[in-house]
Amino acid sequence: MLKQRIAEAFNEPGCATNRAKSDESRKRGCSSSALVPGAAAGGCAFDGAKIALQPIADAAHLVHGPIACEGNSWDSRHTASSGPRLYRTSFTTDMSELDVIHGGEKRLFRAIREVAERYQPAAIFVYVTCVPSLIGDDVDAVCDAATTRFGLPVIPVNAPGFVGSKNLGNKLAGQVLLDRVVGTREPERTTPFDINIIGEYNVAGEMWQVLPLLDQLGIRVLASITGDARFHEIACAHRARVNMVVCSQAMASFARGMQERYGIPYFEGSFYGISDTSAALREISRLLVEQGAPADLITRTEVLICKEESAAWMRISAYRERLQGKRVLLYTGGVKSWSVVSALQEIGMTVIGTSVRKSTEDDKQRIKGLMGEEATMFGQIPAKELHRMLSNGEADILMSGGRTQFVALKTKTPWLDINQERHHPYAGYDGMVALVHQIDTTINHPVWRQVRLPAPWDRPRAGQ
Amino acid sequence: MTDVETATKACAINPLKTSPALGGALAFLGVDRSLPLLHGSQGCTAFALVLLVRHFREAIPLQTTAMSELSTILGGADNIEQAIGNIYDRAKPRLIGLCSTALTETRDEDVRGDLRSIMQRHPDWSDLSVVYAPTPDFAGSLEVGWASAVQAMIDVLVEKGQRPRVLRQINLLPASYMTPADVEAIREVVESFGLSAIVLPDLSGSLDGHVPDEYVPTSLGGTSLDDVARMGESQMTLAVGEHMRGAAEALKRRTGVPFRVFDRLTGLEAFDTFVETLIDLSGRPAPERLRRDRSRLVDAMLDGHFYFTGRTVAIAAEPDHLLAVTRFLDDMGCRISAAVTTKKLPSGAAVPCENVVVGDLDDLERLASSGGCDLVIADAHAETTAVTIGAPLYRMGFPVFDRLGAGHRVSVGYRGTRELLFTIGNIFIDGQTELEPYLRQNREGANDASVVNAKVAAGQPGS
Repeated sequence: MLKQRIAEAFNEPGCATNRAKSDESRKRGCSSSALVPGAAAGGCAFDGAKIALQPIADAAHLVHGPIACEGNSWDSRHTASSGPRLYRTSFTTDMSELDVIHGGEKRLFRAIREVAERYQPAAIFVYVTCVPSLIGDDVDAVCDAATTRFGLPVIPVNAPGFVGSKNLGNKLAGQVLLDRVVGTREPERTTPFDINIIGEYNVAGEMWQVLPLLDQLGIRVLASITGDARFHEIACAHRARVNMVVCSQAMASFARGMQERYGIPYFEGSFYGISDTSAALREISRLLVEQGAPADLITRTEVLICKEESAAWMRISAYRERLQGKRVLLYTGGVKSWSVVSALQEIGMTVIGTSVRKSTEDDKQRIKGLMGEEATMFGQIPAKELHRMLSNGEADILMSGGRTQFVALKTKTPWLDINQERHHPYAGYDGMVALVHQIDTTINHPVWRQVRLPAPWDRPRAGQ
Repeated sequence: MTDVETATKACAINPLKTSPALGGALAFLGVDRSLPLLHGSQGCTAFALVLLVRHFREAIPLQTTAMSELSTILGGADNIEQAIGNIYDRAKPRLIGLCSTALTETRDEDVRGDLRSIMQRHPDWSDLSVVYAPTPDFAGSLEVGWASAVQAMIDVLVEKGQRPRVLRQINLLPASYMTPADVEAIREVVESFGLSAIVLPDLSGSLDGHVPDEYVPTSLGGTSLDDVARMGESQMTLAVGEHMRGAAEALKRRTGVPFRVFDRLTGLEAFDTFVETLIDLSGRPAPERLRRDRSRLVDAMLDGHFYFTGRTVAIAAEPDHLLAVTRFLDDMGCRISAAVTTKKLPSGAAVPCENVVVGDLDDLERLASSGGCDLVIADAHAETTAVTIGAPLYRMGFPVFDRLGAGHRVSVGYRGTRELLFTIGNIFIDGQTELEPYLRQNREGANDASVVNAKVAAGQPGS
């Protein structure tokens, strides 16, 4: 059954990358080719599923497995909540040897009972990991029994690590929401301005940089899936008029599913970068009007965009003098590379290369358009090569994720975190200004001069 | 360029200063078998004593000339003579460090003259040295008194004249803010180059919090008087902090030993300068251990700078301490939003703050409230100040009476700088603010009782 779901998850006509593939390679799935023993990096399907669902703040997230799955991974992402904190409490069945021998179902049921009685969560998501899959725990049956017994939704998330990559886990989580959550409740009321935002996890509170813009336009986010979400909102998400998909590869199938089941149109957009943010707002308005919202929304959106864009560019131009000519190496999958490239170029920085690991063909074309045909686009840069580039001073700053942080720092190269683990929010107009500010602070930090000083014993001595 | 502004208030509110006599006494406590004696009313001693005891958590030998109304009018020479006699009989110190106070300075006693005639009358005190340090309470603060006492010891106890130099021997004059552990750390670095250091004063021998085998009525250790006498045989004097320049100069006048003043030993670049001098003096390569420590500090700076960047610090400290700490914070990317100190800074002191105020903790509160503040650095008296400012307090300076191990913290050298970096960096990590949650309008289910209840339950697990 799981095998079938995985095959379905990979058959994604909504995904541009997938469409471009041959039939043969499409069958192999998105990322199975990347999993090379001895040379693999990145998270597993469980990781991906947990990332996608954990931001649901009033739910309990219970991991059924031995301690490694949850014990080694919990509370490592800074997805923010404006209310409940329950999602940050870690729950795991911490399976023992005896559970492996006798089966973990009873322990799981007791664990669900404890969580339900002590915390009264809006729902419990139960994540299946490799070991219970292997020993054949019937987690679906336990969850169904618990739902009846405790009177709250207990939802199995069947994405054990060994089935594939993090990306696959994202997709499987989306499937769970589609099958088990969306459409199970009705909202108190609806408006012609209701939308869902899909694949935005409110990392470091990024959604809060965008929501005020939507509020100004009177656009109502019925459900954000899943940043700062509440279970009830997602259950009502089928009543939205428009879906916006933020992280395309991970959640496109979820949006397509909603289109098929509930007829909600969707588009892919991004809130990273000034032009992207404007484009997203335009598209939301256009689609809402198409769905019956008053037509003046489009004019109001243009007015807002005009005001916000000029304010943002004005603030960014203050950094131009300090950043002009500085060379950036962009190495990330999380933030849409090309939209950051355009912002950096706008203030006179030179992007010497960018990774396109998770970019679509469309993205790659746009990058070529911005950086020229000779643009250096990387897939995976081996750590040794990265170290060589930075040691040679080929870049003034590396913008990347935590994995390469210490490669950069050991070469005494300024480094800026732009991955999911980051602490600074960079979304919307304010976010791009904040990003430029962070680049300036990082590149022009006083620490670089000092740490690059030769040690006293390496300096030329008088009289020698 | 740093402007120095002197607060114009008539009233010091929550003062930053402690008395110079206390600083003088502290310096004398860094000499072996010494006993400081404050020439003033007994209260002058009692207050200083209590503060020193609370800070170091040690019994502090400190005596008083117990000036009365009458002796204040008639002159305190008799009190000094009596006090020395009693101390000599009871404690048998090798050194009595006599510090004046505001009381005796106001009546302008000729303590030096008095002391000369007292000592002439007492050939039986031949194994006792008495050194007088002028430390009027109305001029300066702890740092000033410390410097004054060290200079006084040099003027009296160091054998005069050019003497043959002992190869690989140097003098080290620590700053008043250096803890016993700081002194020890620097001595270890010096010795790792095969050099031997006469440290004056050496608190690491006396106030390092060890448990002696028997009751000792004097200081528990520190620089021996024999070593102090031999300071003229050293190749060079290394002084830490501008306030120690006077003492280093006095030593040069007396013995011809050249000196070098290091404005601070905290921070990578600052300590590099010190290490360079040691390489030159010793003619030896830097030991492997030190190279490793430097590399570790560089790594700590790389790892840590994120958390210092853009954070604002309000700091109150004595001038040279202020310089050392603020320059380090500046290196790490902090902004000094308020700096308060005890006296006018030496010209050219590069405190990275536009406006340094000579004032008190009340001034710190005022400046921090207007300039923004993520962290307050000051002595333990600033606890309520920090609460009012609304920022955490990192206790540094003197006194630190509500923390254990005040004498054991290290903030100089490569290792000490790393320790300081981690401690302050961790405070910044604790104080990281997340983006203010934005509560969107017309949220679905916001009025739904079940959703609200779930929120409450989630917020209070176990209730």
